Amino acid sequence: MSSLVDALTALLGTDVQFDTRQYPHSVISCTVPRDKFGRAAKALKKAYALLAAEWATDETAFGGGLAVFACFRWGSEYLIVRSELPLDDPSFPSLTKKYLPAYRFERQIHSLMGAVPAGHPDLRPWIKFEDWPQNAFPLRKSFDARQSLPRMKGDYQWSKAEGEGVYEIPVGPVHAGIIEPGHFRFQAVGEMVLNLEERLGYVHKGIEKKFETFSFLDGVKLAGRVSGDTTVAHSIAYSIAVESMTGCLVPERAHWLRALFLERERIANHLGDIGAICNDAAFAFMLYQLSRLRELMLRTNYKLFGHRFIMDRVVPGGVTADLSGDGKKDIVEEMDMITREFERLIVIYDQNPSLEDRVRDTGLLSPEKARELCCVGIVARASGMNLDCRLQNPFPPYDRLGVNVPVLISGDVHARVWVRVEEIRESIRLIRAIVQGLPHGPINVDAVLPPSDTAGFAAVEGWRGEIIYWIQAGPGAEINRCMVRDPSSVNWIGLEQAIQGNIVPDFPLCNKSFNQSYSGHDL
Amino acid sequence: MIRILCQIFRTGIITEPLSHTENEVIETGTKQEEAVGKYFSRSLTIRQVDSGSCNGCELEIHAVNNSFYNCEKYGIHFTASPRFADMLLVTGPVTRNMEIALKRTYNATPSPKLVVAVGDCGCNGGIFGESYASVGGVGKVIPVDVYIRGCPPTPADILNGILKAVSG
Ligand code: SF4
Repeated sequence: MSSLVDALTALLGTDVQFDTRQYPHSVISCTVPRDKFGRAAKALKKAYALLAAEWATDETAFGGGLAVFACFRWGSEYLIVRSELPLDDPSFPSLTKKYLPAYRFERQIHSLMGAVPAGHPDLRPWIKFEDWPQNAFPLRKSFDARQSLPRMKGDYQWSKAEGEGVYEIPVGPVHAGIIEPGHFRFQAVGEMVLNLEERLGYVHKGIEKKFETFSFLDGVKLAGRVSGDTTVAHSIAYSIAVESMTGCLVPERAHWLRALFLERERIANHLGDIGAICNDAAFAFMLYQLSRLRELMLRTNYKLFGHRFIMDRVVPGGVTADLSGDGKKDIVEEMDMITREFERLIVIYDQNPSLEDRVRDTGLLSPEKARELCCVGIVARASGMNLDCRLQNPFPPYDRLGVNVPVLISGDVHARVWVRVEEIRESIRLIRAIVQGLPHGPINVDAVLPPSDTAGFAAVEGWRGEIIYWIQAGPGAEINRCMVRDPSSVNWIGLEQAIQGNIVPDFPLCNKSFNQSYSGHDL
Repeated sequence: MIRILCQIFRTGIITEPLSHTENEVIETGTKQEEAVGKYFSRSLTIRQVDSGSCNGCELEIHAVNNSFYNCEKYGIHFTASPRFADMLLVTGPVTRNMEIALKRTYNATPSPKLVVAVGDCGCNGGIFGESYASVGGVGKVIPVDVYIRGCPPTPADILNGILKAVSG
């Protein structure tokens, strides 16, 4: 029996109503009265659960009002707690004081869905800028997404710091490099950062709303473009969520090929990241060397699967690109080459004192803070948390092949580099094992459409960390809501916390070591 | 140090000649500044602006800088400030939240200036189209000289597009 369910029922007893329309059945979903929403979270916190996501839906299509959801995780258990909110008074108890990541989730719910988290300490709009009409709630069904909104007058209230010698540095949204846009505001004394406030939302493209205009099968194209660097992981997560609702049995070979794509994506991004981190510490040699390896991998992707990022090759029902015998040979040779070159370069990284001086003890995120912020992925593993969906929620072949998850506790830039280094080594091992053990058979089956009034869930370990999709089918079996939780949605706050007390010039280095997605966060 | 030098010599020079892109990928826009080729000859400074992309296009623009494509060979380099830029390389459907920043960046760039829109999203909004959050293609907000299609376009396409914009 699930320890989270026990904790919840022990406190709320018959107030908890379990929901059988949530798939896969290993993910438990229940409804509690809205005044018990906060107490439910408290009970789960006591049971050591982490908050994975919080979101709201508009259920007017079912004849209801709004609903708020919180998804908790402990080990490999996921528990979703839901409360119904009437349209004329859509407020619910805020979870922010119990779970810090709820801080932004709830600001977002408030801005885009118009549900009110009562007791939230800071309800400044998030993603919705001050020049939007305040009563525009794009995620509501009554909102017409095709309209263009008028620009209003308004100011964003930044947090302030005062005192002798305190000054502010605004950075962005257009940054000094080839990166995504976002705004950072530092308060500093001398070179030391007192506080960093992030403001994101510049690349809000209305993705969650857009999903509602797509069919279940076409939605995967959009999922593949939520964050272009993580296209494979997002398409897999979306596909698994849809498949969970339909009971579609994906062929074994397709699962293995998905894992192959996923590991290739992980290596390519980690190579780029390690290079870029070294470059931000003024060691350009590594950037050029590692970009070379990355480019070679992308070319192999193009040759074997027809796209450099393997975009649009994962669909509900399986995959659309197969691996031939020659392709296997190419991959094995490539892995030999990457191992040889990569290991040489890592010796250079490891033996470079000036680099060491920059990356050690910089941008520290302590294990306590990482846990409190419910961080995921590389950031969590560099700060002592043993979290990896490939381990805790494996799809085949990960259950068979096993995954060695590197966990470091120093929580600095170096730890985040080193987690990546170890993950590249592990991914190379996995790719070799996948190529060797790849089962025969078809690579996809016809996907069936989900029945009406059901919900699907998936958690997949992308290269940044855990990606969650929660998809709700409406009464006409259309997409009523598709909630996307990129790892960045939680990890961005980690950066704010890690930068305090560092010097301003180290910010690019710290930021790169987190390398969170703007697009995946802003949606 | 010796390891670094050994690795550099072992790698050698890997830059390749630029492969030619088919014509469908690159389209010329409405605005054409003549004679820019003359003004910018042998040195082109680019300011890249992400006005709402999914980051896929950015990765390929990064790749233009790697040793295989080595854009510096053509005198092309990327700058941190629009004030130094001859060209804006703009990706993404322009989001409502980036529209003003994009216009400001354009206004901060000294004339004569070129604008190249990168990716299907930069051309016409791509899969995100036009909505409450997205204004659509770059051409809706600032005048564009050259459009490069693709999702994302390959580094060779991007480089060809940039060169096309310069040659007029
Ligand atoms: S064109 Fe494709 S890769 Fe580029 S921003 Fe649009 S969706 Fe992303």
